[in-house]
Amino acid sequence: MKQTLVVIGNGMVGQHFLAGLAASPAKASYDMITFCEEPRAAYDRVHLSEFFAGKTAEDLSLVEDGFFATHGITIHLGDKVATIDREHKIVTSAKGVTVRYDKLVLATGSYPFVPPVPGHDRPQCLVYRTIEDLEAMQAAAKTGKVGAVVGGGLLGLEAAKALRDLGLETHIVEFAPRLMAVQIDEAGGAMLRRKIEALGVTVHTGRNTSLITDGERCVNKMCFADGEELETDVVLFSAGIRPRDDIARACGLEVGQRGGIVIDNQCKTSDPDIYAIGECALWNSMIFGLVAPGYAMARTVVADLAGETASFTGADMSTKLKLMGVDVASIGDAHAKTPGAMVYTYQNGASEVYKRLVVSADKKQLLGAVLVGEASGYGTLLQYCLNGIELPENPDALILPHRSDESVGLGPDALPASAQICSCYDVNKGAVCSAIEAGCTTINALKTETKAGTGCGGCVPLLKAVLNSELAKHGYEVNTDLCEHFPYTRQDLFNLIRVEEIKTFAELLEKHGKGRGCEVCKPTVGSILASQWNDYILSKEHLGLQDTNDTFLANMQKDGTYSVVPRITGGEISPDMLIALGQVGKKYQLYTKITGGQRVDLFGARVEQLPHIWKELIDAGFESGHAYGKSLRTVKSCVGSSWCRYGVDDSVGLAITLENRYKGLRSPHKIKFAVSGCTRECAEAQSKDIGVIATENGWNLYVCGNGGMKPRHADLFATGLDKETLIRYIDRLLSFYVRTADRLQRTSVWMENMEGGLDYLKAVVIDDKLGLCGQLEEQMQHVIDTYQCEWKTTLADEEKLKRFRHFINSDQADDAVVFVEERGQIRPANDEERKHFNRVEVA
Amino acid sequence: MAWINVCGVDDLQADSGVCALVAGQQVALFYMPKDGAVFAVHNYDPCGKANVLSRGLIGDIAGQPVVASPLYKQHFNLETGVCLEDETVCIPVYPVRIDGGNVQINMGEAL
Ligand SMILES: Cc1cc2nc3c(=O)[nH]c(=O)nc-3n(C[C@H](O)[C@H](O)[C@H](O)COP(=O)(O)OP(=O)(O)OC[C@H]3O[C@@H](n4cnc5c(N)ncnc54)[C@H](O)[C@@H]3O)c2cc1C
Ligand code: SF4
Ligand code: SF4
Repeated sequence: MKQTLVVIGNGMVGQHFLAGLAASPAKASYDMITFCEEPRAAYDRVHLSEFFAGKTAEDLSLVEDGFFATHGITIHLGDKVATIDREHKIVTSAKGVTVRYDKLVLATGSYPFVPPVPGHDRPQCLVYRTIEDLEAMQAAAKTGKVGAVVGGGLLGLEAAKALRDLGLETHIVEFAPRLMAVQIDEAGGAMLRRKIEALGVTVHTGRNTSLITDGERCVNKMCFADGEELETDVVLFSAGIRPRDDIARACGLEVGQRGGIVIDNQCKTSDPDIYAIGECALWNSMIFGLVAPGYAMARTVVADLAGETASFTGADMSTKLKLMGVDVASIGDAHAKTPGAMVYTYQNGASEVYKRLVVSADKKQLLGAVLVGEASGYGTLLQYCLNGIELPENPDALILPHRSDESVGLGPDALPASAQICSCYDVNKGAVCSAIEAGCTTINALKTETKAGTGCGGCVPLLKAVLNSELAKHGYEVNTDLCEHFPYTRQDLFNLIRVEEIKTFAELLEKHGKGRGCEVCKPTVGSILASQWNDYILSKEHLGLQDTNDTFLANMQKDGTYSVVPRITGGEISPDMLIALGQVGKKYQLYTKITGGQRVDLFGARVEQLPHIWKELIDAGFESGHAYGKSLRTVKSCVGSSWCRYGVDDSVGLAITLENRYKGLRSPHKIKFAVSGCTRECAEAQSKDIGVIATENGWNLYVCGNGGMKPRHADLFATGLDKETLIRYIDRLLSFYVRTADRLQRTSVWMENMEGGLDYLKAVVIDDKLGLCGQLEEQMQHVIDTYQCEWKTTLADEEKLKRFRHFINSDQADDAVVFVEERGQIRPANDEERKHFNRVEVA
Repeated sequence: MAWINVCGVDDLQADSGVCALVAGQQVALFYMPKDGAVFAVHNYDPCGKANVLSRGLIGDIAGQPVVASPLYKQHFNLETGVCLEDETVCIPVYPVRIDGGNVQINMGEAL
């Protein structure tokens, strides 16, 4: 007979427990039933803020498709358990469902604490925990201008970032005298404050809110105990969490004095048939407000149910976060509370870095650390701390900026196999190494196989280091060379060309390469030279570098003929121009088709016809569409406010401005833009490298999206921009892409591989973290100033036109090009038809 | 077995290719002035099935001079005609020389 196991709460920990049990042999002994108060099954709260960057509820889901059905688990969605009858072992839900249980697991999580200030329940006073909360914030931000977060802890800072990204003037109001009082010390807190204020967020510390009431300029007014006031539309409470122990309390389970369901080392409550796990549980008088300890509790219960001995013995509360582009990390005993602890501090006012180490009295063990502004050492320090690895003789070397000839830090080799790499999924180095052994040679393969790095993501750099070191040991060379001719990455070459002002491939090969080059390095260098100096790509020294498409300024098709795509900026074209285009197509009997980028593609042009076709197009007022280049393709637009009933701004006008600005920009891969006139998004801007959407507050900029083979939803980069700022950001971002991306790397992959990802990119482009913005803008301005229509230049040059013949010594055409007719137009004949059908003579 | 004058050296494109019609055959001619080298192979790409090789990029792979097909990027050794990706595929290669200002090919001796 199977027993019935009921799980109350399908949040992060409840779901981790179900998935763990479903994969354990104990599964066979239980019928599983779960109650989920929220309208959807478990989702990733840790990455909740990404909802604002365009992730949907489905993207955030933690439940694999068909999970409940596959494992025969009953889930009651949108229904909460109201009472537990321990005597009869029955739970009853709010909707009236009753279930008899043999074992019960409470995974009810916690709720945001809202201080009982008068007025706390006024309109637009919100919290930050569920997807519904985020939707409420979005709605409030639409009408409001100012937002204030109550609470300057971890979550408060994250909430403040969300408000700022929603375009609100943002304030943080903290009761304590410093930010993140729980995790970091005073000096670290002060540094963090300066950094956050530099990002335009106002920080109020030592402020006690005594009343929230009607505002004059905003919806609300916060009044502080010291008599000060703050007008704000949105008030977002993030003043800590409280365990949801109400139903446990009501059925007489033991709870802590300040809340929390008391559990022992097996996560059992005072009733041996009832477990509690996650944020609702109180272990050793502690509530754990992080997901990793909750997961550890879930694993303990799975093991206990399977009859294995397991115990939860506390958890590491170290954290590393990127808050508004500022790295913050806290490890172990950050406040040096251990008796005899010694402290090392490093502070660099100029670069705004603060680091602090707490070590044992004998200087052998690392007890804790605080890092603000620069946290790349987190992984190493955490490993010292968790694995009790003996510290080097001068522990301060670990936080002092090191000279390049010194090697500090703990190579992945120094870690024992038992060292935990991923704390969210409890994956140790041994497991990572076996997965690598079994053939996982990329980070993504490792993630899929071991789950390491798929939780909070904090361990990914360390995971990468282990991977690289293991691969190297197995004799794989981690080779990032562009090709056999250049022992450099594309980015290295870009810098060499820029710094040494190299103007030709021959010069670069001479100085930094070997051999004659190949079809990998030649176009790459051709593209770098073009984006750097923007010379005519068919000039003598560059000609041999270009792919055939660039050489003939057209796109080669399968039969060796070309297609021709004139630029139609923003997809706007007058009837006369359309007729002119039609006439050219008709005269040369070209196959015509509308492209996905809102222009017209003319197929079937033979190489010797290209100059004639282009002469007519240019005379009619067209210019090259650069469809052949790795360069800006199109700026797609919807019709926008000029015609559309819903339009908020002139999307066509902006699209034309942008297309004219960036046309001709050579880049590591093609670049596509789109502009939508309102959030209905008819131009599908969020699937483009650069997407712009008009809103009431200005333009919203989305970046690094992609359609095609590997679709990627673009990330929201900045909101409410005016046109000048928008263009400035795009200038910088594209220049940075051109400088740093690998060959044939679209912006989507570029960003995904970038250490620090979106936040880093924002820091570079918006906050000028690298101090590069001036250069990046100049680089773009040069390209814009030196734009030329490559077809116009080519038609004016007799020498160049000589190339546009099939034979150098004859005017004959290639007789292997054969067309047949289909749906009233030409297409290349297939092998069978070549034998039977008559050739259509082309003018 | 005679050498045929095909075109002038000036008609070649440095570090790139052109196509010539020689005795009814399409011949791709590649010129690497730095090495003083000219290569002649048939213009037909047996993988992409089109007359396009003269429009491919040239260079070297592990020391062998090659052209990469502009269609699907297979490499052909310019001295032997052998396809680097599939050694069973081979394109015709012709003896070629520069005589004064002229480029000459010997069509009788396709290798
Ligand atoms: C914005 C944000 C950012 C965060 N960032 C991090 C981070 O970077 N790192 C980190 O480690 N942690 C982070 N956390 C904390 C982390 O999300 C929590 O530790 C984790 O979600 C706890 O899981 P849980 O299952 O205990 O609770 P929850 O995920 O809250 O799940 C509890 C579920 O139970 C339901 N429930 C409650 N009572 C009942 C009932 N009677 N019947 C039925 N269902 C019920 C609730 O509705 C809820 O769905 C963050 C949290 C938030 C909100
Ligand atoms: S995105 Fe908005 S403005 Fe543009 S066509 Fe659609 S509804 Fe109209
Ligand atoms: S989807 Fe495939 S078939 Fe269609 S144009 Fe692109 S590459 Fe060609």
